Amino acid sequence: MRLPLLAGMIAGAARLISGVNVRWADSMPDPKQTIYYANHSSHLDFVVLWSSLPAEVRVRTRPVAALDYWSRGLRRALAVNIFRAVLVARRQPDHESSSPVDPREAIDHMLEAMGDDNSLILFPEGTRGTGEEVAPFKSGIYYLCERKPGLRLVPAFLNNLNRILPKGEFLPVPFISRLTFGPPIFLQSGEPKAAFLERARDALCRLRDL
Amino acid sequence: MRNLDQQLVWAFAGVLGLLALSSLVGLILKAAIRKPEAQATIRNLNARIGAWWIMSAIFGLTLVIGAIGSLVLFALMSLLALREYVTLLPTRRADHRTLFWAFFIFTPLQYVLIGIQWYGMFAILIPVYAFLFVPTRLAIAGDTESFLERASAIQWGLMICVYCLSYTPALLMLRIPNYGRPAKLMLYLVLVDQLSDVLQYVWGKLLGRHKIAPVVSPNKTWEGFVGGVLCATAIGTALWWMTPFTPLVAAAVSLTITLMGFAGGLTMSAIKRDRGVKDYGTLIKGHGGILDRMDSMCFAAPVFFHIVRYFYVP
Repeated sequence: MRLPLLAGMIAGAARLISGVNVRWADSMPDPKQTIYYANHSSHLDFVVLWSSLPAEVRVRTRPVAALDYWSRGLRRALAVNIFRAVLVARRQPDHESSSPVDPREAIDHMLEAMGDDNSLILFPEGTRGTGEEVAPFKSGIYYLCERKPGLRLVPAFLNNLNRILPKGEFLPVPFISRLTFGPPIFLQSGEPKAAFLERARDALCRLRDL
Repeated sequence: MRNLDQQLVWAFAGVLGLLALSSLVGLILKAAIRKPEAQATIRNLNARIGAWWIMSAIFGLTLVIGAIGSLVLFALMSLLALREYVTLLPTRRADHRTLFWAFFIFTPLQYVLIGIQWYGMFAILIPVYAFLFVPTRLAIAGDTESFLERASAIQWGLMICVYCLSYTPALLMLRIPNYGRPAKLMLYLVLVDQLSDVLQYVWGKLLGRHKIAPVVSPNKTWEGFVGGVLCATAIGTALWWMTPFTPLVAAAVSLTITLMGFAGGLTMSAIKRDRGVKDYGTLIKGHGGILDRMDSMCFAAPVFFHIVRYFYVP
């Protein structure tokens, strides 16, 4: 079941509440297959980012969400039916031993969901932070690039979403937020994983005060 | 249409005529002036005029709808203004729920009180009850870092963006003998106040040399201030027929509106400089945010309201 009208209404409401001011710094929206990766501090992050993409890009862009959090009840209905979320298992920090997760399985799942022309929205920090610091990146985006040579990664920095709906709150307060897209980056051949993840994180953090 | 009386229609027709004239001047300037450094100013001027058409259309529509229309319009403007204001504050995580109250309880309530014409509570809701509630809620949240600054800044935002601005539609509560619908009075205030802003801008652009407050507001000049205040006062005097005032009183009241408006613009600029921004927002093309447009109204409306209420409401 797909509900594009409802998705459109939710996108409109998200833009209204977040008052988001969208900028493309040294870059342009492009419908080419892309991984949009952003800092993560609020449940609104994905919806705001998604609703800020041009319509023709948006219809082919799917969020990646944590299976453990989004797989039940209303959350699942929202995530899967309306936004076509790609649900992947993540390693549970507190259940490290009890639920071993094979990261390759998650990568396969994402690649399959991308196909030839779908784009993804990813939060490589893996979980929501306080909004002050950008946490070190998980390896997922590196493996995606490794498996799919030439994949575009577009950084997108979200300002103030942590103030609108911080972790642990369920009622939003309307602040004006800002979303800054940066120029795409690519995995260079032979680039080590740690160096690439650091470079991707720098490309994102540079957009913070632009 | 029952809300409209003849004088209101005439005054609004005057606004439309003025807008048409401005658009014409804007087009002529655009065609006539080729200097590249002047063109940016003219582009901004034309963007401002375009935004004025839209703002006038919205305001006119709410006048036609009646009191509910004006209340909804100003309530929305308060919410948007408060949003622009708190975005500039260094708020902390513990402020979240207090801010929720400010936006979604106190702001709507303030306008509901005008709607049900409960003047006594309208006048004290924010200065008394919010004033006591805000620090209490912050104390319950348990974060004492910069406590006084945070409590004060939230209260100040409520006062300016909600309380002071709500005095404009509050004019609709006033029952003035032998005057007819107070919607005219609201239009009069908005006209004199906004024309004062516009005329100060125009005189400043034409003749502005000597800056009044270079640190606070680099665009305000003595030439703009004197020219704008005199012209707006003259217009306010000439419009005495749509008010309960005699021409002389209309002159004094208009002068008060323009001076309070200037105080508002200056104060709100000082906050922008403090926070290191040029405009409060980007909502109104060419003007900035709601607060950039309404800063003068926030200061002029309460004083205008109380002058009218004290001298003209039995």
